[in-house]
Amino acid sequence: MILNDLLQIKEKEQAARKKIVLRCCLAAGCMSSGSKGVKEQLEKAVAEAGLQNDVEVRGVGCMKLCCEGPLVADDSNDALYVKVNSKNAPSIIAALKGGKAEADQTDPHAPFFANQFSIVLANSGLVDPERVESYIAADGYQALHEVLHEMTPKEVVETMVKCGLRGRGGAGFPTGLKWGTVAKSAGAKKYVICNADEGDPGAFMDRSVLESDPHSVLEGMAIAAYAVGADQGYIYVRAEYPLAIARLQIAIKQAKQMSLLGAGIFESPFNFNVDLRIGAGAFVCGEETALMSSVEGKRGVPRPRPPFPAESGLFGCPTLLNNVETFANVPTIFRKGADWFAKIGTEKSKGTKVFALAGKIKNTGLLEVPMGTPLRAIVEEMGGGAPDGGAIKAVQTGGPSGGCIPAQHLDTPVDYESLGKLGSIMGSGGMIVMDDTTNMVEIARFFMEFCMDESCGKCIPCRAGTTQMYRLLDKIANRQATARDIEKLEELCDLVRNTSLCGLGQTAPNPTLSTLRFFRHEYEALLLPDRHNPNGNGSVKHV
Amino acid sequence: MNACFAKPQKKRIQAVLDLASGDKRYKILEVHMKKHQYRQDALIEVLHKAQELFGYLEDDLLLFVSVKLKLPPSRVFGVATFYHFFQLQPQGEHTCVVCLGTACYVKGADKIIDAITRKFNVRPGETTADNQVSLLTARCIGACGIAPAVVYDGTVTPRTTPESALEQINQWVQK
Repeated sequence: MILNDLLQIKEKEQAARKKIVLRCCLAAGCMSSGSKGVKEQLEKAVAEAGLQNDVEVRGVGCMKLCCEGPLVADDSNDALYVKVNSKNAPSIIAALKGGKAEADQTDPHAPFFANQFSIVLANSGLVDPERVESYIAADGYQALHEVLHEMTPKEVVETMVKCGLRGRGGAGFPTGLKWGTVAKSAGAKKYVICNADEGDPGAFMDRSVLESDPHSVLEGMAIAAYAVGADQGYIYVRAEYPLAIARLQIAIKQAKQMSLLGAGIFESPFNFNVDLRIGAGAFVCGEETALMSSVEGKRGVPRPRPPFPAESGLFGCPTLLNNVETFANVPTIFRKGADWFAKIGTEKSKGTKVFALAGKIKNTGLLEVPMGTPLRAIVEEMGGGAPDGGAIKAVQTGGPSGGCIPAQHLDTPVDYESLGKLGSIMGSGGMIVMDDTTNMVEIARFFMEFCMDESCGKCIPCRAGTTQMYRLLDKIANRQATARDIEKLEELCDLVRNTSLCGLGQTAPNPTLSTLRFFRHEYEALLLPDRHNPNGNGSVKHV
Repeated sequence: MNACFAKPQKKRIQAVLDLASGDKRYKILEVHMKKHQYRQDALIEVLHKAQELFGYLEDDLLLFVSVKLKLPPSRVFGVATFYHFFQLQPQGEHTCVVCLGTACYVKGADKIIDAITRKFNVRPGETTADNQVSLLTARCIGACGIAPAVVYDGTVTPRTTPESALEQINQWVQK
């Protein structure tokens, strides 16, 4: 495989393109609403209408508006059909010939779509994730070719530093700096790991990226491996994502067949292999040292750092570990240039961020916006606000490690620093909207129960602390607590946050602390009378 | 590694190997291990395959894996119990996995569980007395856009209500 072959595949793919392309979403969300049957019906209807030479029905990845699935897009009519079923699918084909489509439509230029800025999701919903040719036709693997033939590993790292990309897994560590550290570490064997253990409940960005555009992640990993000098990569993906696993397996196989992975990629001396490692349901494995322990086939238990994985990681070798979304950004950065990327976003947070918008909101689905976009623009303008005329009470970001941002702070720009100031975190990108029917104490208890269950049990502050905090929250929620219990809870939060070994324990108190900060009255309304609070509030009806 | 077994355990290993020699599923499992070159770091992959073949991980099966991968049984058992995905108990005929991710929770997944628990007298993690239905929970299956989601025998169903869940389970029970 040389550049010419790549361009040839691209030309061939573009020449074979039919006049009309109907895109049918085949990501997990729409699949569970029956999109596979819809695609079959569409194909059948095309055959029956004798339009095989003009119309292509293409199975694509996520088209973002998951709540309205299955989605079918017809670009020739600028139409986006929603909630298509096997019955009304044939009418979409009839509409191509001047008939009337019975399926409902939505405006593809509504704010939900128009205000998106796609880098990571650029191919999502356009390319066929099960065909590498489709990715190549969208300029895929050109960045890898350029990197291998025209740049030294040092220049690659410099580009990454210059573009200002920060880790999309949640903590926001500068990616270029991480690559540089691994590149400098001495060691004959190095590894690149892609963290696809999206354990944060309420987040599905990584799943969608893997299902919709797996090759962009593979290309990003290969570029990273070249930069740091690794020849083996692992993708650690959750067992809960069977479709993402299947698509990745297909992608790896096709890339190997085309020598885009394997030995002597693009006829250069660079070798790179990628293997899948399937998780088995442990939230703590999203933590980097626990993840590596799991890749080694052990229990996913974190260990103290240093040594950092960049020096001693998987099997004791220097290891580069990045999130799915981070890797998916890489090919575009090299295709369009670091300067282009650095212009997007805010001063400290560059580029875009993908969010999974869910909960009590009209438009649930995926959206990608430039860093620094105000929360209000995301949830109200793009998300359409709370359904049935309700009011948004809070937005939860960062899952069990994050916090709840109350409605009065909705004008906060979304970037690492601003969210941190409000006691939440960017997290991996889950964004759960809560309306006025949501009980914040119960939400805090829900997250604490999650952390309690998922604590690996290695360090005592986390193992015992989360249990005790859960009991206190349960006591409060059941109206059996006094003001002293809230004090105790706050003390414990502080202790667990400062003394736990890994990120799980250190951030477990965040949901509780942020709800205590902004919704303290909800806690106090549940208290029993005591010495300091003789009237109590337990009899007051909780709103 | 096997030297750590005392005599009675040696007998037990022999019994497991004898049992395995007559069972096709063990052969498939061994082919899978061979594919991974009996690498010890492929333990989780092997356990996934074992669960797929047998439905759950019984003690003999874990012992078989530990012998073949030359790992101490404690390590295999430790890994099998650490991860939520591995089941150490036999499951019912059908499984009903209710997603308890944040989006599903906010949209009322807890009410679905309550309804099932009340109607069929089965708590999360348990199987009904007639061995028909196992009720399980998941920590987010990434189907947040179509919450609340329930997985019936591997098929994800969107926008579930307590009523629709009861109806589905009723169908299983009546069969």
